[in-house]
Amino acid sequence: MLRPRNRAHPYLMLAPTLVLLVVFFILPLGVAGYRSAFSWDLLTPPRYVGASNYTRLFASGELLRTLGTTLTFSLVVVIGSMLLGLLLAMAVNRPGKFVGFIRASVFSAYVVSWVSVALLWMWLLDANAGVVGRMFARLGIGESGLLAGPSTALYALAGVTVWKITGYSMVIFLAGLQDIPGEMYEAAALDGAGSWGRFWNVTWPLLRPTTAFVGTSSLIISFQAFDVVRVMTQGGPAGSTSVFVYAIYEHVFLNFRLGRASAMVIVFFCLLMMLTLLQLWAWRLGQRGFRER
Amino acid sequence: MAVGSEAASVSSAVRRWTLNLVLLAVALVWLGPYVWMVLGSFKTLSDFLQAPLAPLPSSFQLGAYRSVFQAIPIGRYLLNSTVMALLIAAIQIGLALPAGYALAKLRFVGRPMAFVTVMACLLIPAQVTFVPVFLMLAKVGLVNTMTALVLPFGASALGTFMVRQALLYVPDELIEAARMDGASELTIIYRLLGPMLVPTLVSLFLLSFVFHWNDYFWPLVMTTDETVRTMPLAVALLREQGTGVRWHIVMAGNVILSAPALAVFALAQKHLLRAVAARR
Repeated sequence: MLRPRNRAHPYLMLAPTLVLLVVFFILPLGVAGYRSAFSWDLLTPPRYVGASNYTRLFASGELLRTLGTTLTFSLVVVIGSMLLGLLLAMAVNRPGKFVGFIRASVFSAYVVSWVSVALLWMWLLDANAGVVGRMFARLGIGESGLLAGPSTALYALAGVTVWKITGYSMVIFLAGLQDIPGEMYEAAALDGAGSWGRFWNVTWPLLRPTTAFVGTSSLIISFQAFDVVRVMTQGGPAGSTSVFVYAIYEHVFLNFRLGRASAMVIVFFCLLMMLTLLQLWAWRLGQRGFRER
Repeated sequence: MAVGSEAASVSSAVRRWTLNLVLLAVALVWLGPYVWMVLGSFKTLSDFLQAPLAPLPSSFQLGAYRSVFQAIPIGRYLLNSTVMALLIAAIQIGLALPAGYALAKLRFVGRPMAFVTVMACLLIPAQVTFVPVFLMLAKVGLVNTMTALVLPFGASALGTFMVRQALLYVPDELIEAARMDGASELTIIYRLLGPMLVPTLVSLFLLSFVFHWNDYFWPLVMTTDETVRTMPLAVALLREQGTGVRWHIVMAGNVILSAPALAVFALAQKHLLRAVAARR
């Protein structure tokens, strides 16, 4: 740690960053909190309504419905991408060009934009022009299109999201697997453990911090889903895919209900904070596990 | 014994080949859609009407690409996206260096407070801030400008944190020596420490560039006309235009949209994978 040459230096160095962060992140959050106490449609002046934006959100059932949709979506995404990511990470955890190619192909979906992925899968899932959509239709699922059915659309979106982010969880799991010292496996093998035994007694317990981290970060990613919904279903059919961020967007740009939208923003932020604390705990778990080794 | 071990090696070979076949199927699930997209972009409307599911076009036609160029000013959107993503990444690096330096190396009143402020911003996504920011920028007439797309992301909490972490490993003596030689603080930050932090800065650049090139949410919210509209928005609009969905045209646009991101990935694969894995 050094003494600054001039007492003003550190403040000058931090000023641009701090000003931008405060103006574009912290202040807007405060403004959203303030606006959530008003009823405002952009045309007439805002009217103070106290907590009624929140109570209405709750009483109208919108909050619980949106939360239910978001949680269902997240659950499918988190479980699907973690399971696939872990299986793939274990399968490609060896050197070689072939597995390197497999790794790169799965991860490439994470690098491509959500819009690209959404448009591509919209076509593939189309009931008439899409290969995958036709296959499902032949099985008797979603004959008029998976995205057109209120009972299937959300799961179709979740499936597409799993396809997009499995590469991410695979990469993180892979890094976690490579942190496990080889001697642990040798010791387990000497004890006569088969491949199942080695998985349950070595891999799984030592991978727990990584699993917790991947779980919470894919939960956060899926909680913030917007692009796939906006491009593929616009919240429909019959509101069945209206997840949190999309519902906020709709309140602002389609219904012009800014107070209600701000209340939703605040609720959304609180939920996200809780998830982030969970992630921090998972990260701590990882650090501690690392020190213990 | 010999027979037993032979059987074991045969069964392990069978297992290895089964695994490889499964992995090949995995590659097909992830790469197949791209191949399908590229092939689809060479089709014509009559291909789609006659045999929508045929893998190959009846003949490779560039008509869909021509239609994309006629339907939308794609050159402008490509330029907008490139300028936006490059500007954001450059400003983030330019600002993260001095901020990270102050946080990692200088003793001053309020340092913990400044650090907490930066870290707190890691928790606030654009989905939470867009309503007030949109209204604020609308009030000063900045909607539909490059400023509205770039300025809110000029400071990166993640970038500042990455630079600060990397600088913790740089010995103080090095900076003291440079000061003794008469180097100014700016020289120390940009000329001495900048080059030492190239791996961190490359990670930051890649994460930032790919994220903002791909970003749909912010440009969607901050633009209402085509002046500064970016690629993801334009290609998504391509589907909403016209009567009936013309998948060959949408896929041609999609090829143009995803090619740069995939090219960056192909060129900097190792680095990008490391940058993502390092964030855990």
